[in-house]
Amino acid sequence: MQQDNLRRTGGRHNGDQGETSKMSVMTDPPPERFRLSQLIYDSRYRSLTIQVVAMVLLVLALSWLVSNTIQNLAALGKDFNFGFLTQSAGYDINQRLIPYDNQMSHGRAALVGILNTILVAFLGCVTATIIGTIAGVLRLSKNWIVGRLMTVYVEAFRNVPLLLWIILIFAIVNESMPHPRDFGSGDVPMVFGSIAITRQGTWIPAPVFENLSGALFIVFAASLVAIALYRRWARKRQEATGQISPVFWVSLGLFVLPTVIAYFLLGMPVSLDYPEPGRFRFDGGLLIRNSLIALWLALSLYTGAFIAEIVRGGILAISKGQSEAAYALGLRPNRTMNLVILPQAMRVIVPPLISQFLNLTKNSSLAIAVGYMDARATLGGITINQTGRELEGMLLLGLFYLVLSLVISAVMNVYNNRVKLKER
Amino acid sequence: MKKSVFLGALTVAGLAAGASAAATLDDVKARGTLNCGVSTGLTGFSAPDANGVWQGFDVAFCRALAAAVLGDPNAVEFVPTTGQTRFTALSSNEIDVLARNTTWTFSRDNDLKFEFAGVNYYDGQGFIVPRELGVASAMELDGATVCIQTGTTTELNLADFFRVNDMEYEPVPIETNAEAQQQYLAGACDAYTTDASGLAATRATFENPEDHVILPEIISKEPLGPLVRHGDPEWGDIVRWTLQALIAAEEYGVTSANIEQMASEAGDNAEVNRLLGTEGELGAMIGLDSDWAQRAIAAGGNYGEIFENNIGESSPVGLARGLNAQYSNGGLIYALPFR
Ligand SMILES: N[C@@H](CCC(=O)N[C@@H](CS)C(=O)NCC(=O)O)C(=O)O
Repeated sequence: MQQDNLRRTGGRHNGDQGETSKMSVMTDPPPERFRLSQLIYDSRYRSLTIQVVAMVLLVLALSWLVSNTIQNLAALGKDFNFGFLTQSAGYDINQRLIPYDNQMSHGRAALVGILNTILVAFLGCVTATIIGTIAGVLRLSKNWIVGRLMTVYVEAFRNVPLLLWIILIFAIVNESMPHPRDFGSGDVPMVFGSIAITRQGTWIPAPVFENLSGALFIVFAASLVAIALYRRWARKRQEATGQISPVFWVSLGLFVLPTVIAYFLLGMPVSLDYPEPGRFRFDGGLLIRNSLIALWLALSLYTGAFIAEIVRGGILAISKGQSEAAYALGLRPNRTMNLVILPQAMRVIVPPLISQFLNLTKNSSLAIAVGYMDARATLGGITINQTGRELEGMLLLGLFYLVLSLVISAVMNVYNNRVKLKER
Repeated sequence: MKKSVFLGALTVAGLAAGASAAATLDDVKARGTLNCGVSTGLTGFSAPDANGVWQGFDVAFCRALAAAVLGDPNAVEFVPTTGQTRFTALSSNEIDVLARNTTWTFSRDNDLKFEFAGVNYYDGQGFIVPRELGVASAMELDGATVCIQTGTTTELNLADFFRVNDMEYEPVPIETNAEAQQQYLAGACDAYTTDASGLAATRATFENPEDHVILPEIISKEPLGPLVRHGDPEWGDIVRWTLQALIAAEEYGVTSANIEQMASEAGDNAEVNRLLGTEGELGAMIGLDSDWAQRAIAAGGNYGEIFENNIGESSPVGLARGLNAQYSNGGLIYALPFR
């Protein structure tokens, strides 16, 4: 190739001198003078030329964007600053994970919205994974009805836009549930006497933490550690002796018993605050708004359908020989799935799962459809609208989603590195 | 060499940006249509009728402006905007003028950098509740769930009202009036709050309007009017004086019925003559021809006619003139002198 090239350049170089020049080039190339056309025609330089040109164009485009922005801001008499974040917001937010009132700053309001985004994204990712895994496994079920049902679920949710699902679920809970006032008049009973599902949201008993509840948390955390330690010990023992310890029942016992015993020993430091029908709605209790329910449910079901396909694909990717070998060794189907198939399938499942989590997180900004007060609604909506800081607000919002996505990817990559094939 | 290319590009970009910021009038004329930002649908103010033709109080102003500038009241592209999108649409040149129940406030004028062309409706914020709720005053709303359009002054007033009166409430933020109406009727909130005119307009579309009461309290001042971007005072003047022409026409008895005859030759009233261009050169001073106001008034009638036809007592919305009567009838509507 290189030779060929040289010959061609040489050929053109010396016009009709033909054979002789070819010979001379091949034996002893004369020092060539650099000519400008070589930048394009000579493959030694061409790629460099293209890169430089692309770079210049990119810089030009960026500087055009920046200067255009500066010009337009100046024409409108606006500046670029983030001072608005410290000004009083003046508007109220219904769902607050941290204390907030309308006298606090736009920055604080943004934070309330950010936490709401993280809340629905977290809830959504967990539920979508559970739904997706179950649906994905069941879709492979030998039971015809179950398999078909799962196919219907997956196709229905994958092929209809998420926005429609959000609005549909919201409309259903809004229109079909009883009004909070109907509970007061006794027309409608509460579920278990303590949960009220209404068209304004669902009220559940709220936990009230008293003084000693800190100790309870410590006990609970300690039992989680104990479970982890026990599981590790059980695995080691199985590897060493081949004896299988009862992991599930022991874990369950460790999970429940110490906390329950401590709860009574400490004199019941956590009580429940039950919702009571009030003048307009319920007093006390914890309100889960319909906007959160609709968004959470729609995101979980929609993303769950994609995850189901990923899980199914992951399982099908494991060669049949693996399960046949496991059966041949006498492993029961349950164990085969848990010990042989799933650990291998995970390697196929996890990478696409990460992008589903990222999708879900970004899709949560469709909250706008049901008035869920996420970061888009506070920082990217009302704040921008009241302060006129579109550019600053949108940049901050973009930055937030970028950081959140990167954090999710980073965490999931740590997990991926643990399950991926380790070559030894 | 690279540097000069770079600087050259900057200048071109700068020129392009600068040019688009000024001379809205030239843009509108070159385009042949006026881009007018209206609401997404509020009966009586701006909503498409059964034939898809936009109708309403705000729409009529857009048409009058298009008639003055382009000579054709139908040369309007209506751009529906929500409470949240309207200001971005205006600052980003997507629309030339915004006529969408928008309250003139200090920060919108100075911080958001807009230019209000005047007030075409003096309004205030009220509440509507279902009659069966048994609430007679806004002071009884402690603990209620309140539907509210986001991105509005109403949202801020509501927060102030409940804070000052030391009451609790649950805001349900909603994008558009249509959604708010649907949620309010579905019982997702106990009360809906917005400008009193908007409440009346919304209630007019209810199946059983008598089942809902508008509470007596008006908790804010909402002077509504059309607005334009900062930075193009000539365009702002055209919008301002088109509104003034409609108001003056009512004061001097120029109506859609008699305008042709009144404009045919100069009459006794010099003010009317200057307004209709039969005397003097007012049109030229704002870059238009001398018949501009005549066309604006002919488009949908004078201010009083527009009010009556769209939101007045004979219309389904049924609003009384009240504060929006001419000053001579005890209202606040007062035309500036045409001279
Ligand atoms: N005047 C207030 C409120 C304006 C507003 O949003 N009004 C409502 C009802 S009065 C409206 O026009 N809605 C129509 C829509 O949703 O598009 C403001 O300027 O912020």
